[in-house]
Amino acid sequence: MNIEGKVWKFGDNIDTDVIIPARFLNVSDKGELVKNCFTDLRPDFSKGVSQGDIIVGGNNFGCGSSREHAPLAIKESGIAAIVAKSFARIFYRNAFNIGLPILECREAVDPVKENDQIYLDLSTGEIVNRGSGERFSAKPIPDFMMQIIQAGGLVEYVRTQSINSSKSEVS
Amino acid sequence: MGMTITEKILAAHAEMDNVRPGDFLQAQVDMALANDITAPLAIQVFDEIGREQLFDREKVALVPDHFVPNKDIPSAEQAKLMREFARKYDVKNYFEVGEMGIEHVILPEKGLVIPGDLVIGADSHTCTYGALGAFASGVGSTDLGVIMATGKIWLKVPPTIKVWFESELLPWVGGKDLILYLLGELGVEGANYRSIEFTGPVIQKLSMDSRFTMANMAVEGGAKNGIFEADEITKAYVTERSSRQPQYWKSDPDADYEREITIDVGQIQPQVAFPHSPDNVRPVSEATDIRPDQVFIGSCTNGRMEDLQQAAEVLKGRAVARGLRLIVIPGSPDIYKKAIREGIIETFLEAGATIGPPSCGPCLGGHLGILAEGEKCVSTSNRNFIGRMGHPESEVYLVNPVVAAASAVLGRIGLPDEM
Ligand code: SF4
Repeated sequence: MNIEGKVWKFGDNIDTDVIIPARFLNVSDKGELVKNCFTDLRPDFSKGVSQGDIIVGGNNFGCGSSREHAPLAIKESGIAAIVAKSFARIFYRNAFNIGLPILECREAVDPVKENDQIYLDLSTGEIVNRGSGERFSAKPIPDFMMQIIQAGGLVEYVRTQSINSSKSEVS
Repeated sequence: MGMTITEKILAAHAEMDNVRPGDFLQAQVDMALANDITAPLAIQVFDEIGREQLFDREKVALVPDHFVPNKDIPSAEQAKLMREFARKYDVKNYFEVGEMGIEHVILPEKGLVIPGDLVIGADSHTCTYGALGAFASGVGSTDLGVIMATGKIWLKVPPTIKVWFESELLPWVGGKDLILYLLGELGVEGANYRSIEFTGPVIQKLSMDSRFTMANMAVEGGAKNGIFEADEITKAYVTERSSRQPQYWKSDPDADYEREITIDVGQIQPQVAFPHSPDNVRPVSEATDIRPDQVFIGSCTNGRMEDLQQAAEVLKGRAVARGLRLIVIPGSPDIYKKAIREGIIETFLEAGATIGPPSCGPCLGGHLGILAEGEKCVSTSNRNFIGRMGHPESEVYLVNPVVAAASAVLGRIGLPDEM
């Protein structure tokens, strides 16, 4: 799986309250989530983002609450992938579970600037900055998570699994 | 090589003899939890999977606590969706307004979590139940929807950080200060993907309520779970609440820890986490010029009986500073009733506080005490991110219940000795 897109650059400890503040959580309508994504920190985000853009963030991206509305708001905004120095745990699993690919790479983050064009190869973890030509390699995505992504998210994964295992009574 | 408590619980729930950090496993879940924010998405997922029933109607808990009693039409719709789902699938542990309180307060209180359990909740503070010697961790709604259908979850075994607390506590210092201090040492990312095991002579003397406070904030360091070894104090708490058979696990002496930290609690003053991060801690003595507009005593961190008792002791016979708002929210109806019987609620009211219905209240900026631009709140809750309690230009300072009560009287952050 390859992804190429324009970068939105964020700093360290981008928490779920900043991604989608709780005052907007009285609905789970996707359009509403998109409209309010990053509204306090980057009021320009929801209008400016285009399909296929990539977020590049610092340490501990997605820390805070377990709200899946956060990765969902990002994914529904059109963001195709997130690269960060590190991710908070629940955000990490939520992103995979909903089929939003994320890559952890410490080295790639600082040299990449807002609006750069970057290329990601999810299966190898390769990251290329099209402008500067710099190349980086991210931690490979664990096999198990890759299976979930390839299935299209955890729900699809479970569905296929239960079809396969219905005879063996696993679930 | 031996195993930690966390590793033992995970192994037992995956029917494995031995697990190591980094192993992926499929675990059987003893209790799955969602609230009025996360349940609607989880229900969508459950519907997409297309099962006709829950994996076990007794092992799902649905607690409307974030925006309930509902504050507006959209939140009422969310709560309705959850209520109808609970009815349709005959969810045993659904708590309607009147029975409901904060999820992480009522699940232990009702005996729904016991030592050795594996609990997964669509709420990050699910880690609270680690206080009981259970493995408890927060996930998102997709994970939870899948669990409601299958009873299973995929997990990666976390490495464990062991934190040893020794020496004697200073006056006015409690579980909240120990965890805030630890967060200051670890940083908000210091325990990411990891388990924190709280241990040592200080921990052995801590009440259950203080242990809940500490386990609750393990996630503020990024941890997957926080855990305490169940002991006599745990046993006493559990046996009066549940008839199920608990499993009391201990870490092996040769268990493998990624890191061991020793904390001399004799160095720890009451702590204040400054905006906008729970690890931005300073001792109270460096915060005395902060003048709050609002003080909030409640939440799944400090909305339990011991917390209210401590706050009431400080407030007895005193009045809230002029122009300051004190909001107190008992974590559950049982705590509320007990607080009425003990005269604590009257103490709060006499002092000039207002009492909210058992719920999350202003903790997440949903309702019942939202901050305006430029306002400051001293709070016993667990997060002080930008905009957490309201306007993006407002500020939240995290403290223990004694400091919160004293600050309400003083009109600035301080200790009871200064009143
Ligand atoms: S009290 Fe606050 S932290 Fe606890 S569950 Fe409610 S909103 Fe979350």
